[in-house]
Amino acid sequence: MAKTQADASPDALDMAWFWDRIAQGVVFLGGISAIVFIGGIFIFVFKEGFGFIFQDMDVVEFFTSPAWRPTSDNNPTYGTLALLLGTASVTGFAVLMAVPLSLGAAIYIAEFAGPRARELWKILIELLAAIPSVVWGFIGLSIMNPLIIELFDVPVGLNILNAGVILGLMAAPIMTTIAEDALKAVPDTYREAAEAQGATRWQVIWRVILPASRNGLMAAVLLGVGRGFGETMAVLMASGHSINIPGSPFDSVRALTATIAAELGETAQGSEHYQALFTLGILLFAVTFVINLTADLVVRGIRKQS
Amino acid sequence: MVSPPPDSPNPGDPQRAVKLSVRDLTIRYGETTALAGASFDVLENEIFGIIGPANSGKTSLLRVLNRMDTFNAGMSWQGQVHFDGQDLRTWRNLYALRRRIGVVFPLPVGLPMSIYENVALSPRLRGIKSKAELDVIVERCLTRAALWDEVKDRLSQLGSMLSGGQQQRLTIARALSQEPELLLLDEFSIAVDPVTTMKIEDVLRGLKSEMTIVLVTNLVQQARRLADRTAFLLMGECVEVGDTEDLFTSDDRDPRTRDYVEGRFG
Amino acid sequence: MSAEAPAPSGGPSMFAATARNIQNQRVMTAVKSLFLGMTLLLSTPVVVILGVLLYKGLPAISWEFLTADPINGMTAGGVFPALFGTVCIVIVALVASVPVGVAAALYLSEYASDNWFTRLINLAIINLAGVPSIVHALFGVGAFVLFFGFGTSILAASLTLAVMTLPVVIVSTRESLQAVPMAFREACWNMGATRWQTIRKVVLPNAISGILTGIILEVSRTAGETAPIMFTGAAFFLPFLPQSVYDQTMALSLHLFVVSTQVPGVPDELPYGVALVLIGMVLVMNSVSIAFRVYLRRRKKW
Repeated sequence: MAKTQADASPDALDMAWFWDRIAQGVVFLGGISAIVFIGGIFIFVFKEGFGFIFQDMDVVEFFTSPAWRPTSDNNPTYGTLALLLGTASVTGFAVLMAVPLSLGAAIYIAEFAGPRARELWKILIELLAAIPSVVWGFIGLSIMNPLIIELFDVPVGLNILNAGVILGLMAAPIMTTIAEDALKAVPDTYREAAEAQGATRWQVIWRVILPASRNGLMAAVLLGVGRGFGETMAVLMASGHSINIPGSPFDSVRALTATIAAELGETAQGSEHYQALFTLGILLFAVTFVINLTADLVVRGIRKQS
Repeated sequence: MVSPPPDSPNPGDPQRAVKLSVRDLTIRYGETTALAGASFDVLENEIFGIIGPANSGKTSLLRVLNRMDTFNAGMSWQGQVHFDGQDLRTWRNLYALRRRIGVVFPLPVGLPMSIYENVALSPRLRGIKSKAELDVIVERCLTRAALWDEVKDRLSQLGSMLSGGQQQRLTIARALSQEPELLLLDEFSIAVDPVTTMKIEDVLRGLKSEMTIVLVTNLVQQARRLADRTAFLLMGECVEVGDTEDLFTSDDRDPRTRDYVEGRFG
Repeated sequence: MSAEAPAPSGGPSMFAATARNIQNQRVMTAVKSLFLGMTLLLSTPVVVILGVLLYKGLPAISWEFLTADPINGMTAGGVFPALFGTVCIVIVALVASVPVGVAAALYLSEYASDNWFTRLINLAIINLAGVPSIVHALFGVGAFVLFFGFGTSILAASLTLAVMTLPVVIVSTRESLQAVPMAFREACWNMGATRWQTIRKVVLPNAISGILTGIILEVSRTAGETAPIMFTGAAFFLPFLPQSVYDQTMALSLHLFVVSTQVPGVPDELPYGVALVLIGMVLVMNSVSIAFRVYLRRRKKW
């Protein structure tokens, strides 16, 4: 029986060998797809907007002027200050609201809840994350709007408060999930050592676990900020339509993302306005790229430590 | 005579063919040397034992023998290894090489498919499709692995859910389904109960006439029971090679060999 | 934890609660309630939103709503073309993204070694997932509508969405591939199976469940997106259903947007009805995915 495989050439390259090679090639192409697409996004957005960047744009005016008036007949201006502040105010409000809530929820889920309850909470939060942004925007329009008008006695309910609360609820799930992962990543030995010295659960959390998971928590906040920064439809529908520098949470503002969404349909392809909008896109891409890169480095920092 | 033969197969029987020939094999993982300058021959149709304490390079040696070193990024080796006369480094189709060599690991592995499919996997990969043929192969391999009687009525159950001893025999059945010329066993009895170990040892004795077996074991007495010739590896060095009985009784032994087999360290 | 134990020989027991203990316990309880409150604050909106949408939107839902065309300038009738369009877009996006995503995950899990190149790929995936949806829309316009010349079409919109949701497929597939123990692969390789044979026979079949979970998740994301399809293929008022992938189409998400912001004279329950259909679709998909995951975890094969 030992010699049944004495073929003419035992070392011949067979079909299995070739299929393996082919599979390796195909799979590699899939592997580089992410790089290709990220590069592609940058290239194509840049391509459509570069006319504006290199010819018409006045960099100082672009970043410091609040006058975004692309459709003005005699003197269109492309100042993004109001838009930047609009994005910043809504995102800032959202983060301010969501970070403590997400952290608290993450601590509760990771440290206090029993296993069954934990499953339930995580499912609820996952479903929160599943709500599409246009539905959130609709909620801002139809539920939050009248609510704000009535509660605070203001004339208009589409403002920073509205969009901020909604964005906060949208960003909370990812912050909670990542924060919970960071808390869970702290080894049980830390907890056991502290409890052996008589610390209560809360003291263990406050003095041991939170400091140890600091990096992961920072990453969670960063990712939440990124999410809020890049959100389009909800902000478009809930923050109002005035392009102005905000003075109070009840002011209507316009964010960068919403501007692109609202105006792109009315521009002629290749026009200055069109290219300016693509330039806004490049700005957005750059900022979220930096945020994601930082968050990733921070997370990698934790892995190196452990 | 028990010292490593420089270039001739076996002092005892110059007529037998050499299945595996190892010369000056050195294995490294990055900067660490796992095995240094080992030389020995394995003759056809014998059970060749390899004994020695942990970290002697036994497992690394087996990995080189079926060229599984290609799956280890940091692993490198020097020296010459010839399988059936062909230099391992010149094999182009390593998959074909591995198909001719069966391996049994310390930890039993039942693949997460039915017992039938576990044993039918290798024949299927070789192109055998007919159910009749596969049925014959499955029954034959499971019988020779001393597992048939226990599982013949539940061949569709998951192989990964069998007991440790059964999974180890399943692994042997899988190895047999390759119709191998060389069978490598790496401390197969670690996770297996003594009764199953005895069963498997009987199986190995029966297989000797059809294939060559290399048995790495940390149980010195197991080598004495099964192996015709044995090599003693200590801390990466091949201390000596020879007839098993000589390693256990001869006066010419290396003192380290004597100390190890008599249990003075381990 | 620090209850009073009866003293064995008179006098206060060694385990009696001290004032410090009691205070610590009070802090603990307060803190625990605080965090529970925060968790509730974050999870009840789902229930509340669903409740309000059901209350206000259910009156609009009927079989006719789901199967008829809109009439009277979108102020009445049904949402069938939008529903149909969303389904078309989702299917094409899946066809485009699943093979690429699974291949990428296979590369990362089975072939890639731990070097700078692999790290670059992972970075690209994270970034791809974080790009704002409107930037994806701009990319879709620049690449698929203009450069490749597909025009505003189902094809352009679906490809834009496919690029956007690629990370979801890659990450969930990779996780389920990595959950298959290494021992199985080693056993196959030692038998002489090639990498591809091992993947085909052992790894992929045991990861299919995770892949399916990822696909379901992708479907729910794709169905709800608006910005990426707004300028690449979805339109609000189209008189005919799309005949091919080169046609424009209506879509539920865009429909909700326009009906609630730009169409005058819409009866109250109409946009709620559309929102309900959309969120219903999405939540059902997500729940299926979650339930599937829970079921799989119970049905271990090793």
